[in-house]
Amino acid sequence: MGIFRRCLVAGSAAATVALLAACGGSSSSSSGSGGGSGAGPVTIGTSLSLSGDFAADGQAFQRGYELWAADQNSKGGLLGRKVKLDVLSDASSPSQVVSNYQKLIASNKDPLVFGPFSTLLTVPSARVAARYGYAFVEGAGAGPAVFGQGLHNVFSVQIPIKNDLVTMAQWVASLPAAQRPKTAAYATVNDPFTQPQIPVAQKILQDAGVKTVLSKVFPAEVTDYTPIASQVASTHADLVVLGAVDVPTVSAFTHAFIQQHFNPKAFIATAGPDQGAQFIKAVGAGNETGIFVPGIWFGGFKKPDSQQMVKEYIAKYGGTPSDVNADVAEAYAVGQVMAQAVHATNSIDNQKIINYLHSGVTLDSVIGPVKFDSTGENTVGKALTFQWQKGQLVQALPIATPGSHTPLYPKPPWKG
Amino acid sequence: MSGTDLLQAIVDGVLTGGVYALMAAGLTLIFGVMDIINIAQGVMVVLGAYLSYELSVHLGIGLLPGLLITVPVMFALGMAIEFCFMRRLREQDRTQMSILVTYAVAIVIEGVLTAIFGVDYQQLHASYVDSSVHILGFYLPYIYLIGFGLAVVLLMALYYGLYRTKFGRSVRASLQNRTAADLIGIDVNRVRTISVGIGVAVTAVGGMVFGATNSFNPNTGYDLISRLLAIVILGGMGSIGGAMGAAIFLLVINDVVAVAWSPTWAPLVYFAALVLVLSFRPQGMFGREAVRAQ
Repeated sequence: MGIFRRCLVAGSAAATVALLAACGGSSSSSSGSGGGSGAGPVTIGTSLSLSGDFAADGQAFQRGYELWAADQNSKGGLLGRKVKLDVLSDASSPSQVVSNYQKLIASNKDPLVFGPFSTLLTVPSARVAARYGYAFVEGAGAGPAVFGQGLHNVFSVQIPIKNDLVTMAQWVASLPAAQRPKTAAYATVNDPFTQPQIPVAQKILQDAGVKTVLSKVFPAEVTDYTPIASQVASTHADLVVLGAVDVPTVSAFTHAFIQQHFNPKAFIATAGPDQGAQFIKAVGAGNETGIFVPGIWFGGFKKPDSQQMVKEYIAKYGGTPSDVNADVAEAYAVGQVMAQAVHATNSIDNQKIINYLHSGVTLDSVIGPVKFDSTGENTVGKALTFQWQKGQLVQALPIATPGSHTPLYPKPPWKG
Repeated sequence: MSGTDLLQAIVDGVLTGGVYALMAAGLTLIFGVMDIINIAQGVMVVLGAYLSYELSVHLGIGLLPGLLITVPVMFALGMAIEFCFMRRLREQDRTQMSILVTYAVAIVIEGVLTAIFGVDYQQLHASYVDSSVHILGFYLPYIYLIGFGLAVVLLMALYYGLYRTKFGRSVRASLQNRTAADLIGIDVNRVRTISVGIGVAVTAVGGMVFGATNSFNPNTGYDLISRLLAIVILGGMGSIGGAMGAAIFLLVINDVVAVAWSPTWAPLVYFAALVLVLSFRPQGMFGREAVRAQ
């Protein structure tokens, strides 16, 4: 009985400590209080996925926004006023993100807003911003679903994602027939970010004679990838194209492939491998080698403001350039685009900002030039393809681009 | 789809079912003993995975030897949760209120994990995680075989403990009639506290296997809870063997549908199978009353 009571006391103490720690650690958002006029700070509202399925990306976005705000404030802020971020957490929920933007705009009276993470959340939140006449500059909603709404206020610094896999597909198609993959397997989550990418790449590859041996769509809520991954492995496809939005999906397929002794000649995932150190942690060091991922930016991007941002990121959060995922840069670019629009119009009036961004002007950002068409798509960004080589994520495609490394092909064996 | 694919899906379903049974065992035990629906079960699985991760990465203790530490730690945590929160619930509305209380517990655990580890994904690694054995044309991953083996051993041990020991008789007596159990000298509170401790301790094992087969972060547990609840309900709430049978049944259906038809329809068929079985057997495969009477 004595031991039993002591266990209870110890357990109660541990639970109390845990409760206190949780109370102290969960205040991730700040409240805003307008800032639309006067000499006070300019408050910029945003809803980010600080928990839920997109938590890793959402928190990376938060870091990107915060880095930009700090840099902007060191340069005098916006129109001489300090920038203050008003961040609400949407828990990766499409319904919560709507409530959050209504609160940021209608209740908090934030004069400007930035976009959330993912196409899934950008679609409903852009409608809220449009209703209030707000410019909606965003960095993670480049799926066709965003631009097909007929909204005039959305501006995506990303390039249209449906072409993300084109560079890779064209490179595969250009390989000599003897080296070119003969078969390809496609598996994708039913997400508005991934699904539009697959048919475009599949058509290029099929036209080049790469036979489709499997094409599967799986739900985002899946918790067990084993049967799908095993089926892909059983096809022994030379090329695997995986439509993924996060690290767990790519990791699950990678581990299943290793367990099934299946090593495709080439393996590309739409997202996940761009998550730096946490991707390596998930798949196991060495297993990342040879995996491709499309994108427009990586930690080693040769652009002075990008390199400066990476330096600041590492100084603040540690790690290496490969650990800085593209979300950080995309968020930072959102801030840069908004800052250029505010300074050009000498105003934080959203209608003036919208008109300016639709004027055909080319803006500069850490991820490269940005120019919007009438739907808000970035028309001048270039799709690149990166590959993990020797523990670093490097630019591999297009092969003629300065800074590109020779692609590892066929993919080396798994380290296991 | 070839016959080999179908057989592979069945094999995958059986092995994965073992892992899910391991994760659901604590849930069904806690309900069986206390009529408490532990919504925190998914988060506790993730907590078990993080404990194994800490021991493995920072102390160099392997995943399996690490269970000698994580299981007692989770046992103590389970007892603390029962003492601090579950015991305070009134008997007449215990089940309903338990959903709210354990949801709060889940939020606290998730908050602590987020504060300590952040939201980056982690995964447990060991030499046997990516290895597999080739039998009859199929590659069977060692980690799933280990998970299945642990599920069989632990569930048998739980069954033996509940139905073949004096403590198990005390548990079932306090379950059937608390007042009568009190009168014959059973310390009902103590029995319940230890039972919850055991239920949470088992989850440490499920967490280790889950963490070795899936990437996880503090939010991952919420994806699990609906499936674990489905397994426990189908198996018969409180039935240890039912959890194993239901987990294998549902995962085989899920995997076969994913391969033969479409992964998009697999979750629908998974839950449709649950509804169908409950239409004919509302008490689940092994009804609770039958369980308590054994």
